[in-house]
Amino acid sequence: MSFLDMDDRLLDLAARMDLVYSPLMDVKTFPEHVDITLVEGAVANQDHLRQIATIRERTDILVAFGDCAVTGNVTALRNPLNTAGVVLRRAYGDDEAGSPGRPPRPGGTADVPALLDKVRTIRSCVRVDVYLPGCPPPADVIVDVLSDLIAGKVDGLHNRSRLG
Amino acid sequence: MSVRTLTINGQPVSATEEQTILDVAREHGIDIPTLCHFDGLSEHAGCRLCLVEIAGSPKLHAACVTPAAEGIEVTTHSDRVTAYRRQIVELLLAERNHVCSVCVANRNCELQDLAVAMNLHHVRYEPQDPQLALDASHPRFIMDPNRCVLCTRCVRVCDEIEGAHTWDVMARGRRAMIVSDLNQPWGESPSCTGCGKCVRVCPTGALFEKGATTTVRDPDFLTYLKTAREQKLWIR
Amino acid sequence: MTSDDLDTVRARERAAFAAAPCRLAVCTAAGCLSSGAGAVRDALERTAADGADSPGLRIIGTGCLGLCHAGPLLRVFRAGAPDVTYAHATPDLAAAVVRQLPDGRLPDERQLPAMHPFFAHQHPVVLENAGRIDCERIEDYVAAGGYAALQQAMTEMKPDDVIREVVASGLRGRGGAGYPTGLKWSTVAKARGAGKFVVCNADEGDPGAFMDRSVLEGDPHRVIEGMAIAGFAVGAEQGYIYVRGEYPLAVSRLRVAIRQAERMDLLGQRILDTPFSFRIDVRIGAGAFVCGEETALIASIEGKRGAPRPRPPYPASFGLWGRPTLINNVETYANIPPIIRSGGAAYARLGTERSKGTKVFALAGAIVNTGLIEVPMGTSLRQIIFDIGGGIPDGRSFKAAQTGGPSGGCIPASHLDLPVDYEALAGIGSIMGSGGLIVMDDRSCMVDVARFFMEFCRDESCGKCIPCRAGTVQMHTLLMRMTTGVAAERDLTLLEQLADMVTRTSLCGLGQTAANPVVSTLRHFRDEYMAHILEHRCPAGVCRMPRAPERAS
Ligand SMILES: Cc1cc2nc3c(=O)[nH]c(=O)nc-3n(C[C@H](O)[C@H](O)[C@H](O)COP(=O)(O)O)c2cc1C
Repeated sequence: MSFLDMDDRLLDLAARMDLVYSPLMDVKTFPEHVDITLVEGAVANQDHLRQIATIRERTDILVAFGDCAVTGNVTALRNPLNTAGVVLRRAYGDDEAGSPGRPPRPGGTADVPALLDKVRTIRSCVRVDVYLPGCPPPADVIVDVLSDLIAGKVDGLHNRSRLG
Repeated sequence: MSVRTLTINGQPVSATEEQTILDVAREHGIDIPTLCHFDGLSEHAGCRLCLVEIAGSPKLHAACVTPAAEGIEVTTHSDRVTAYRRQIVELLLAERNHVCSVCVANRNCELQDLAVAMNLHHVRYEPQDPQLALDASHPRFIMDPNRCVLCTRCVRVCDEIEGAHTWDVMARGRRAMIVSDLNQPWGESPSCTGCGKCVRVCPTGALFEKGATTTVRDPDFLTYLKTAREQKLWIR
Repeated sequence: MTSDDLDTVRARERAAFAAAPCRLAVCTAAGCLSSGAGAVRDALERTAADGADSPGLRIIGTGCLGLCHAGPLLRVFRAGAPDVTYAHATPDLAAAVVRQLPDGRLPDERQLPAMHPFFAHQHPVVLENAGRIDCERIEDYVAAGGYAALQQAMTEMKPDDVIREVVASGLRGRGGAGYPTGLKWSTVAKARGAGKFVVCNADEGDPGAFMDRSVLEGDPHRVIEGMAIAGFAVGAEQGYIYVRGEYPLAVSRLRVAIRQAERMDLLGQRILDTPFSFRIDVRIGAGAFVCGEETALIASIEGKRGAPRPRPPYPASFGLWGRPTLINNVETYANIPPIIRSGGAAYARLGTERSKGTKVFALAGAIVNTGLIEVPMGTSLRQIIFDIGGGIPDGRSFKAAQTGGPSGGCIPASHLDLPVDYEALAGIGSIMGSGGLIVMDDRSCMVDVARFFMEFCRDESCGKCIPCRAGTVQMHTLLMRMTTGVAAERDLTLLEQLADMVTRTSLCGLGQTAANPVVSTLRHFRDEYMAHILEHRCPAGVCRMPRAPERAS
């Protein structure tokens, strides 16, 4: 949403770049030779783990975008529980009425990827080039940082937004 | 009262006999970061953020407890101590479960401010993810140890200003916890007067009022209280 | 009792000693007691009582003889014959010894060789009475020259004279840091303020160290005498001994000794009928390593949480209940009586240029003769480990020795000929510490050793300052990553940065030295770290790495 808060500036930016992949686009595979990738969210399951490795491989500058990507944030609230099983049982199993549900198997299925026991930050999985914390990072900062990155500036980009 | 002269970051300053390096620096607008220090309380010297260099001494000195001695040359922001401070804040962020976005103290938090001031945008240390239960047994306040940095301001204000000594520290090292009385639920504490001073001095969101959506920062409130008490002057 | 009365007691006891042509000494230190010394002593006494024909036989329970792994130890002293020491003594053997004593033909089995190298290379000063006196009889201590130093100080010296002798002795604190004892005493003596205190630090928390315990169990009066002399010298009338709670035997022997000394006017009001009064109370710790740190120890005696506070002010000016306080280690006080008896200059002839006297070491780990030894400062590690310690067992080879416990460092084979003193050890990145010496053979992994000590520091950190509380946690986590084979090179960088930061910024000695084992193993065994990190391999075969490598980075 913060991204959309860039308003008309988004149009300026759009003119200076090609958007090649996004969860909202109908592209199934992550393209090769991407200049800049903004990665949002933490790594919570096996599928994410595979994805982030692919993204890193195919990306020049990887930006950990937002607190979830940088620290784990709300996604990682479950980490003190230490195992995925507890979380699945809580979410899908024992409901308020006490009737046992059927939680997905912790190991995952063909359609549902296995949850990791601990949610991981992007940094703990692959190398990160730029950190853009914030929940969410303010629109102004996103504009600034993206403009700089497009202009080829990488150094000193970290410091524009704050945790939380 | 004898006056002392010394330099801080090359700037000549004068100090009275009782003043610490921290006092003098603040008086002159030099910002030495602190976390456990709170005006009006005894010094704890535990956060180590106020460590400064003194020319000719191989050791670092905690500005909050080091007298502003005659002739010393203090450096408050060398590359070395700046790097150490950053590491200390990183260590704190990895130690418990600090999730700014869902915290009542978000944008009102001294730990968060320190991280921002230091341009800390990510933590290199492994999050420890401890499992800590919060205590909501008190009718008006909540204690969430997940956000506690063990600065002991609450312990000291309760002991030194309120005189109740409800809070203290239990166990040691990474297991150390702030507990009320003999580690019983806060709401059942016979010694707590419900004055709320601990909530007022907490630098993070570990102590907060029930139902509050934000915390209050009031760094001068003990000075105000002391002036009122000792001089009967209710002035800010 | 006056000084002359004490002389009379001493003369009488010595006569009785001489009249007993035979003494049987059983080691009754905690180590030998746990391997059955109690039963040995019972057997001696029973057999002696049965055969009423053993006049002049005395059976004594004595302090640590040192060769702990061979316990229970039994030593036979006979007039005109060399001493005989039995290892792994049993009640049957004890009975046989008593029965065969009258004809002078002792059993051969389990006898240690007459000039056993373990004993031959030592130089006991602090442990001079070990094996010789009954540790629960004050008369034995007096007969062996005990309390003569206190008498001398009381009757012939002024406080300044005492301090001058301690300064001249060159004695340095045996609790770890090696601070000059004479200087500390004169600082406390000069400190203004009434109601000074003398404190004995018997918290001994280093893993593998038991020097202080042995002294307290085997010769408690020596420590009491040293403290009383200190009280006289600095002008204190009250002393405290802070003993760790894990030492119940030391505590009970100390209490017995204090009572005995009080009865003979060697403690209490008007000692030896002089104007000087000095009392000692025992305080028991609750098992926290940090309570050995002097300011934490003081807080603990005051009944507060055992947490350190920033220094200055030092205890010498602002100590127990805000009063000037002298705090020394058990072994430091145990050195005082001989210094006063023979003079500081005589004491200073032992040892090296800057480290005088002897040092007691507790040998542990991969060494044949585990136990307690005392050698002059400057003795080489090679002599200690190979001549006295008997070398490395099972045909393995020496890899490293750790001195100073969790605050110390490891010493590799290339430094075996180093003369052991404060400066030499500091020079190669270790410390003397309190005297624990852990020997490691080629089966030890140095990364794992560093991890072990870091775990200790993590668990013993009091939590007051952030660098020590949280820094040791992260250093331990990083070392765990290495020993489980999931570490990357950046983890080593993080570890080295943290080691530096925790050392420089921690509030007390615990944090300031917690990284020493890491720094010193990195200094001498960096290749082992690299094997763990780059090849996910443990050269010593200690670390199991089922998850390695997690990912390439
Ligand atoms: C963490 C820590 C633990 C310590 N433990 C002991 C101890 O068990 N015994 C001891 O004598 N000194 C210990 N010390 C040293 C004491 O702080 C103090 O220096 C010493 O008791 C002074 O006596 P000395 O001058 O006779 O050595 C420790 C220091 C630190 C920092």
